[in-house]
Amino acid sequence: MNIVLRLAWRNLWRHSRRTWLTIGAMVFSNILLVFMISLQFGMYGLMIDNTLQVFSGHMQVQAPDYKDDQKMRQVVEDVQPLAARLRGELQSETIAARGWAFGLASSEERSYGIGIYGVEPVFEANVSNIPGLIGQGRYLEQNDAAEIVIGATLARNLRIRVGDELTLLGSGLDGSFAAAVLNVVGIFNSGIKEIDRNIAEMPLGMFQDMFFMDGAGHQVVILAPDLDQAEMLQARVEEIVSDNNELVVQGWDALQPGLKQAIQADMSSAFFMYGILVILVAFSVLNTQLMSVLERTHEFGIVMALGLKPGRLGRLVMLETAMMGLIGMLLGAMAGALFTTWFTVNGFSYPGMEEMVANFNLPGRVYPRATLLTMFAGPLVVFVFTLAAAAYPALRLQRLHPIEAMRTL
Amino acid sequence: MHMFFVLSRLAWRYLWRNHRRTVVMLSAIAVGTWAMIFMTALTRGMVDQMIVDGISVIPGHVQIHDPDYLDDPSVYNRVALSDTELTARFHDAGFVAWASRVRVPAVVTSERESRGVTLLGIDPQAERSFSFVDYDAVEGRFLDGADDKGVVLGAKLADTLETRVGKRVVLMSQDPDNEIADRGFRVVGLFHAEIEVTEESYAFIGKRTAQDMLRIGDTVTEVVFVGDDYRDVEPLVANVMGRVDDSVQVSRWTEVDTYLGTMMGMMDGFMLIWVIVIFLALSFGLVNTLVMAVFERIREIGLMLALGMKPASVLGQIIIESMMLLAVGLLIGDVLAWATIKPLEGGIDISVVAKGMEMFGASSMLYPNLSIDDVILANMVVMILGFLASLSPAWRASRYEPVEAITKV
Repeated sequence: MNIVLRLAWRNLWRHSRRTWLTIGAMVFSNILLVFMISLQFGMYGLMIDNTLQVFSGHMQVQAPDYKDDQKMRQVVEDVQPLAARLRGELQSETIAARGWAFGLASSEERSYGIGIYGVEPVFEANVSNIPGLIGQGRYLEQNDAAEIVIGATLARNLRIRVGDELTLLGSGLDGSFAAAVLNVVGIFNSGIKEIDRNIAEMPLGMFQDMFFMDGAGHQVVILAPDLDQAEMLQARVEEIVSDNNELVVQGWDALQPGLKQAIQADMSSAFFMYGILVILVAFSVLNTQLMSVLERTHEFGIVMALGLKPGRLGRLVMLETAMMGLIGMLLGAMAGALFTTWFTVNGFSYPGMEEMVANFNLPGRVYPRATLLTMFAGPLVVFVFTLAAAAYPALRLQRLHPIEAMRTL
Repeated sequence: MHMFFVLSRLAWRYLWRNHRRTVVMLSAIAVGTWAMIFMTALTRGMVDQMIVDGISVIPGHVQIHDPDYLDDPSVYNRVALSDTELTARFHDAGFVAWASRVRVPAVVTSERESRGVTLLGIDPQAERSFSFVDYDAVEGRFLDGADDKGVVLGAKLADTLETRVGKRVVLMSQDPDNEIADRGFRVVGLFHAEIEVTEESYAFIGKRTAQDMLRIGDTVTEVVFVGDDYRDVEPLVANVMGRVDDSVQVSRWTEVDTYLGTMMGMMDGFMLIWVIVIFLALSFGLVNTLVMAVFERIREIGLMLALGMKPASVLGQIIIESMMLLAVGLLIGDVLAWATIKPLEGGIDISVVAKGMEMFGASSMLYPNLSIDDVILANMVVMILGFLASLSPAWRASRYEPVEAITKV
């Protein structure tokens, strides 16, 4: 083994208790960092997936102002042929056309104002998880049947069951009075309060008849295979619809601006906390290395008098720190990985969490997502700061005077 | 007592013998303390604001409803007592404020668009003190009284409906017999709110106008009460309970909005965990410093013991040293936290992530709240845990065999 390495290694264990305590600080912070970061990214992933798979998809083709105003007249003309064309050109089935309107739903006993989606029964299941969440009855089947599926809370509030009739009132595209009597064929239960209370879906063909849409709709929803591919896909969709300036493509962050910002807000507060942890570890290292340099002043004086350059001494101190940091990083990442893995299997929850995270479409138990990145990002930063903290004691050595140094006890 | 002063002086001098180490440790403690208090003040400020905003929308600290109303908020589930009867029971009960109101889902239609809203039939005078609408800041005017024939909408909703002050809209809901109840209203005012969703969701009309329109005579759907302090609503609950019977359900605001209720409960837990995590990260450095401080004066300690100093005094001296270190560090950290939070009390603008904060239910201005209780808690936790952490090094120091310690090089 190289003599300098050996020297550094031995110096490190001169005060083994001190070294272990310093490593302990690193390991403690690393475990927390690994776990928190994995949990955080697990939650973000889930938040995005859960929110996008309800309705919005990864992107939508809409009329230019539709996103901000959501008005009836901001339509996509010939929406079904457009969706079919996109399916053909992109070789993808996860594309569906929709219309959206507001209406008053009445049963025998009750009336509520609700949002109504007109959907393509065959393709809707590919872009939204609502069709899969039918608790009673069945999902829509035919494009022009007088059928409707509604949320569970709405069904309860309307005192309505599968097989009952529901009257829908609204205003059509031209502002005229629109009405239809529809058969409730299914009831879905998404677990999201707002949706179960306020949303109904009917076949797009029927929707277009009822609201005098003349073949138009409001959105073509596109779901990418996963989030990473969404951007690329969006560029292709934009290219395909670029010939029509009545259409724009809105990405998921534009469709759900709250989602991205909630993640940003959460991230900034989380990174503040991580930053503090890392700084505290750095202080701990600084103190340890400062001590270890100060107590060796005498010794350093002698070796310098013998001709050793202060630069080499500085490198020695940095090497010691690097060794310590490396142990801390590896142990921390390992312990953090073990700790986190336990939760990736068993899930993480605390009392009251369910109410807290329901706003973000999260279940009451989340599973951290452990990847190489979440495993090593935190420990690496700690390592870098450890080295930075040792810079001060190492630099102090440069000003050391051999004679004076030898005089100190 | 004399002994204590001697030991304290000794401890203080030892502390500054190696001033670099002490300064590093003090910085670590100060940064840790600052982070504890700063982060808590931000979070508490956010949660407090959320709760205050949230309660103002609920509104009130305690409400009474028909037992079925919270699950099925329809005109069908009205409070069993008539408005006259309610006034007789509550007018001299000593509430800070109270109001009876009609709250039902409705549809509002302009000549261009329709939307679902929560229709509130209120007595504007009774709600002035706790309404989330600032009557004087309303564009146009707010309602004059319970008989006012106009409607006040949120500014954002008016935008969507393409209506404005002076135009007419139609409000549509149902009466108890499931007949459509509708009426035309002139928009007399537009209100602004901190949170956009609030601006989209509510329409205010006069209470008696609402009772007329819905054909519900002299009845209401909810009564809201405001007490002295939202953190402790039990006296208010008791007062209300004493004046009603089982035909109505009395709910605290934490039950009406479980998200906010959980949020308030979680706040203190979060605070404690954060303080402890920071302390643990600090504790490694603290113990390390003490171990070093003891190690470098083993001979002195041996000498003192040999001269007849009691082991208990050695123990006491080390602990006093540790406590002094912590106290000074805490003081610096507290002052630092105060100095950084004070200038921010006017509010921090975080509107870049406004949509995200809305998902949390928070507004886009963050007002840090430096609560004295939190500061005390943080300081106490650090002192107590710091005392426990210093026990081990202090104990070891007091157990040295004098002869061995003196001869140690």
